[in-house]
Amino acid sequence: MKQSFLIKYGEIGLKGKNRYLFEDALVRQIRYRLKNLSGAFHVHKAQGRIYVDCAEAYDFEEVVTGLQKVFGIVGVCPVYKTTDQGFDRLAEDVIAFVRETYGMSNHTFKVEARRSRKNYPLNSMEINCDLGGVILDAFPEMRVDVHNPDIMLHVEIREDIYIYAKIIPGLGGMPVGTNGKAMLLLSGGIDSPVAGYLIAKRGVSLEATYFHAPPYTSERAKEKVVDLARLIGAYAGPIKLNVVNFTDIQLEIYEKCPHEELTIIMRRYMMRIAEHFAGESKCLGLVTGESIGQVASQTMQSLLTTDAVCALPVYRPLIGFDKREIIEIAEKIDTYETSILPFEDCCTIFVAKHPVTKPRLERIEKSEIYLEETIDALVEKAIQTTEVIHVR
Amino acid sequence: MEIYLDNAATTQCYFEVAELVLKVMCEDYANPSSVHLKGMEAERYVKDGKAKLAHRLKVEPKEIIFTSGGTESDNLAILGGAFANQRRGKHLITTVIEHSGILKAMQHLEEVGFQVTYLPVDQDGIVDLQALQEALRLDTILVSIMHVNNEIGTIQPLEQIGTIIKDYNKQILFHSDGVQGFGKVPIYPKRVSLDLYSVSAHKFHGPKGIGFLYKNEKAKILPISYGGGQQGGFRAGTDNVPGIAGLVLAGEKMYQNMEVNKAHVWALKQGFIAGLQKIEDVRFHGDCVDPDKSVGHIISVGFKGVRSEVLLHALEEKKIFVSAGSACSSYSKKTSSVLAALSLPEGYQESTIRFSLSEFTTKEEIDVTLETLYNVIPMLRKFIAR
Repeated sequence: MKQSFLIKYGEIGLKGKNRYLFEDALVRQIRYRLKNLSGAFHVHKAQGRIYVDCAEAYDFEEVVTGLQKVFGIVGVCPVYKTTDQGFDRLAEDVIAFVRETYGMSNHTFKVEARRSRKNYPLNSMEINCDLGGVILDAFPEMRVDVHNPDIMLHVEIREDIYIYAKIIPGLGGMPVGTNGKAMLLLSGGIDSPVAGYLIAKRGVSLEATYFHAPPYTSERAKEKVVDLARLIGAYAGPIKLNVVNFTDIQLEIYEKCPHEELTIIMRRYMMRIAEHFAGESKCLGLVTGESIGQVASQTMQSLLTTDAVCALPVYRPLIGFDKREIIEIAEKIDTYETSILPFEDCCTIFVAKHPVTKPRLERIEKSEIYLEETIDALVEKAIQTTEVIHVR
Repeated sequence: MEIYLDNAATTQCYFEVAELVLKVMCEDYANPSSVHLKGMEAERYVKDGKAKLAHRLKVEPKEIIFTSGGTESDNLAILGGAFANQRRGKHLITTVIEHSGILKAMQHLEEVGFQVTYLPVDQDGIVDLQALQEALRLDTILVSIMHVNNEIGTIQPLEQIGTIIKDYNKQILFHSDGVQGFGKVPIYPKRVSLDLYSVSAHKFHGPKGIGFLYKNEKAKILPISYGGGQQGGFRAGTDNVPGIAGLVLAGEKMYQNMEVNKAHVWALKQGFIAGLQKIEDVRFHGDCVDPDKSVGHIISVGFKGVRSEVLLHALEEKKIFVSAGSACSSYSKKTSSVLAALSLPEGYQESTIRFSLSEFTTKEEIDVTLETLYNVIPMLRKFIAR
């Protein structure tokens, strides 16, 4: 018998003629995730299923944890794979499987056989009955319960025979790479990494832009953002991170525009620059971690004002989430600890005591006229001097 | 050119020290506790080292306990001293300007039933001797007052403090955190009635992860780690022989050049201060005139209205490396307790930079730093939060 994992995927199964595209992407993502683990893995599609066959020395827990970070997987079933050498041999394998997985105990069980290779001498019902009998003989403590069993023992007769009982839940979602690419505005905070994670969960690859404001923000703050990108990358795959030096633009706005509008105007320039890089990389949208009303720049009026500079759609997966809900996800995906490290980010310096909460687009546009003579050159310079970090 | 002015955080290791550490690691690598000849050869570094350090401090070799550095020495002195003497009383005295290695140990003791009095300091950061006199009680078992403050460089009058304590009760243990003082300011623990004195090698061009605690033979403390009985049973764990060899060599070099280095660094400090006075609204924390009241290698300066973190990063862009307050506080957002204790005027609390020099600092480096500050400060003051 050999160890293998049967990958259960949900929504992909509903796809029509392009289903293979989704399956191939999932296979690629699984291979990528397992690439650096010890052991050798053969990831392959067979009869509408994806299997991961394991060889050499591998760590069961490590493989399962790795697979649990791949979007598109609904469940991971540890499977015993065996070749067909007659029913008696199958019975032995099933007994060994139950003994190894559950020990000698008084569980209730049900055998659920599927026979897709129709030339097998017994049909599904017969296999159920016969294997049930075999188990009852071997484990006198166990009882059959066909309605609500503790152990649902699956036996699938295909080219080979697969035996499994446990389904370890996966993340769901869609395999990354099946839904285009988006540009994430990544700060060092709690929200934006979660937003990136949620978008990637729907199969979108990510690129990110971070606004750096030396000397007002430190190298450590930048490193923290790289660390966050790496943490999201554990789910979303490699991320190209654009680090934009935003200091001069910020100081220019600070000098020329009304102070209470600083943040909102800054946000508008961040969107413009992020959109520029999005265009260069053929991203189909921008992603931010905003949630309605969380801070002054995230009121409905503010969101409207920032959106007005973008032609691309701006996706805000956290729009209806409370902080508490966002933190829950951040903790689950392991970005929280890093996000709360105390380094300044460029949104908090120079911030006005009472920033506008209901900006009017016309007024903001009027204020930006003060920047007319200088800002294009500064934006151009910021774009030219952007540092690109490939986070993987 | 890289200008390193953060020597109170840590120093560059002497090249000869690094070479010796490498040699001991690769050649004299035996366990000094091993019975065989090779073990004995390794043990010699430990024995000779204790003798040399003891000679410099005018104490006995057996009164030197090697540890992993300043924090461990402080913890061993405070916790070990408190637990060993708690039958006589449960009261300790320290100051508000101590290093966290002391303050956190004190807080731990408060959690387990001890009482701690925190002495205030005057505007120069010198401990209030009257307050000390008044704080002493019948159940006081230990007083810990640092030698040289790590943030503002003031030297505490340990001799007077020792006299006050011992006149009150000879049994009270007197500890001092000497991490910024050893090798830079002469200290003879027995002459100033010290029972315990903490030292860390990386503050004087030695390796990190090694230090020692001077413990008067008669002072009673309990170990805080248990194991193989090394260091007279006070500090279990295989001796860090390469570290010890490095510490001792670095210490010897410090002592050999102490007067020259002191004069060099003091002159640099005076020049730096004179140059800084050309900038408007600067404030020097602690006494900077009297060489008996502060050390030359630490200069704490407030630049009114300039956020220290921002100035630090602006200097870093010019490859000048300094600290805001103290390096150990970069993990917390709080204003430093030392600066808070000085009751600074409005506009200076979050605007303090610590420049710390070493014998390797040159006049040219100080001049470049001054020039940079002349350019950067007005620029940063232009953009202050409204």
